[in-house]
Amino acid sequence: MTETEGKTALLLLGCPQVPVQTSVAIHLCDQLRERGVTPVIAGTGSARKLIEVADPKRRYIGEILDLDDCIDAIAEKQRDFDYAYVFIHNDGGVSYAGTLSAISRARLVGIVYGEHADETAALITFPCEVVATKATHNPMPIVVKLGRVLP
Amino acid sequence: MSCIEQLEYEILLQGASFKESGEYIKKHFSEWFEVEPGYRLFDAHLIGVPPVVLGVEGEDVIFPYVKPCRGTFLLRAKGPEEIAKLRARKKKR
Repeated sequence: MTETEGKTALLLLGCPQVPVQTSVAIHLCDQLRERGVTPVIAGTGSARKLIEVADPKRRYIGEILDLDDCIDAIAEKQRDFDYAYVFIHNDGGVSYAGTLSAISRARLVGIVYGEHADETAALITFPCEVVATKATHNPMPIVVKLGRVLP
Repeated sequence: MSCIEQLEYEILLQGASFKESGEYIKKHFSEWFEVEPGYRLFDAHLIGVPPVVLGVEGEDVIFPYVKPCRGTFLLRAKGPEEIAKLRARKKKR
């Protein structure tokens, strides 16, 4: 049994405006499962639909939660995770990561992407590991960096 | 946060960053408070980068409301009970 076996990870998806989010999230689910970590996805309605359609038999993804319901459950101390990966491409994503930094005990990672990734990453002024790349359509630059923040 | 959308509110700022919203409150309202993200206001947990700045004027609370796709809205809504709760925290500046 590995050190990460039985642990849980939250993947918090924001607005799916930037194409790489869905494929990187599914890839991350696979990598987490390889390590015995159970992934749980929370996201906006559109982000959730994109994920569910891309993995209809749920070979990689697992439980999927509404974004606000997930925040409520963590804030009310009804639920928490060992790891939290927040997908960030705008100011709103930074705000959700900031919220998790305050309400969750998870190891927090911000996956920052999009054309303004560097400027967006600079808004992260709270404790949070960050991987940032300007990827918008090609997920590979993010995938390469994900290795640094996997359990 | 749908309960906030059911409030009667006025939008003071739209399209500003979360940080700019906090700066706006500090500049335009003499009474303001800092709370942690997740603070319960109008039956919803506030989203934001710590510390979250809330303003008070008369019976109104001024607060940021973050939508994942559309960013931060600075809203103003009547909330005497929320104001009493904030003042009771005694964490003003």
